[in-house]
Amino acid sequence: MGKDSKLILDPLADNNPITIQVLGICSALAITAELEASIVMSISVLFVLAVGNVVISLMRNIIPSKIRIIVQLIVVATLVIIVDLVLKAFAYELSKTLSVFVGLIITNCIIMGRFEAFALGNSPWRSFLDGIGNSLGYAVILIIVGFFRELLGSGTLLGIPVLGNPIPGELSGLYAYGYENNGFMLLSPMALIVVGIIIWVQRTKNKALIED
Amino acid sequence: MEHIELFFKSIFIDNMVFATFLGMCSYLAVSKKVTTAVGLGAAVIFVLAITVPLNWLLDQYILQPGALSWLGEEYASYDLSFLSFIMFIATIATMVQLVEIIVEKFSPSLYNSLGIFLPLIAVNCAILGGSLFMQSREIATLGLATTYGVGSGIGWFLAILAIAAIREKIRYSNVPPALRGLGITFIITGLMAIGFMSFGGMLTGGDEEEKTEKTAQIETVKDNSTTKEIANNTKVID
Repeated sequence: MGKDSKLILDPLADNNPITIQVLGICSALAITAELEASIVMSISVLFVLAVGNVVISLMRNIIPSKIRIIVQLIVVATLVIIVDLVLKAFAYELSKTLSVFVGLIITNCIIMGRFEAFALGNSPWRSFLDGIGNSLGYAVILIIVGFFRELLGSGTLLGIPVLGNPIPGELSGLYAYGYENNGFMLLSPMALIVVGIIIWVQRTKNKALIED
Repeated sequence: MEHIELFFKSIFIDNMVFATFLGMCSYLAVSKKVTTAVGLGAAVIFVLAITVPLNWLLDQYILQPGALSWLGEEYASYDLSFLSFIMFIATIATMVQLVEIIVEKFSPSLYNSLGIFLPLIAVNCAILGGSLFMQSREIATLGLATTYGVGSGIGWFLAILAIAAIREKIRYSNVPPALRGLGITFIITGLMAIGFMSFGGMLTGGDEEEKTEKTAQIETVKDNSTTKEIANNTKVID
């Protein structure tokens, strides 16, 4: 049991896929201007990674090692098509916001990385746990970044105003005291800087992670 | 003109790394030295220039709704667009493999410099991203698709070259220990992206003119016709 829970807990902090392993950055940065998009993206990756890990792990003894990358790509692509169709059917507006980034889950390095490093050599149950753990680690960063960018950039969380009403004439909450939204947080470069700061904070807390 | 505009737009304004964050994984992993960065960047230009036009052909003649009509009337109603992810990634993986074999056969020296990076590229988001953006932006002709592929490849090349050069120099700077390596690279990339945003003004002049023309048209329509016609006109203009 101790070993299994480690599979889930490790990637959440000390072996985080984004801040330590540097995998899956592309999608993590581009869609985090809103908290809702980050959450949906995390759920999509959770589904693809957990199911994909199990499928690859079940097939690990019959995949010839020379063509394994193509086999892995086909498995991910199939799962991503499922996610894409589900999003288009039930959350059309959101799937417009995520645009090509749903498709780019295919080339998300976390997924290929976990297939290569874990699912090819472990039993389905352990691979499933590893998939859940790593996608939760990914989700944590996405949600932190999405939280700050939406809060500071547009003063809302999940689309609900939390800092008061910014419309001139009916100012309320913080805005009545002269607070203004920092529109810059909504632009893409800020995602990089926010992730940089997260890495900074994490490594200051855990000196073992510092690179030289 | 169209080609030049798209070319510069895909290098500077829609830069793969700074505007859409594509190919970040290899961008961060392979940018420690300028020489390796140049190798990977060249390989990305090469592969994008081949796969984007190829996927454009696939999209036009197989995947789009009604694209199969060249096979015969009865195929005109087929819509295979849901298959595009799988088709694109299969094309990319095959092309990368093929290019690797051809380069190895005909130009061993190029293979030695590009070779090790080619397999890496099959799973580089920038390559699939190029094809997916080509599809979602509805690029009109094969020539434009090639221009777009080459342009975005060069944009990616510039980005990785710049960060590799900065990282080589930053080794001599006194960066806070916790920020060393990955952290500072992220923040520098962020600052570079802010810099690249200023290119956004480069091509908008033409667009604005077009917009004012459109609003002017709508206003004249408003003046001398009924509301119904306005609705129709704005729809057409939209």
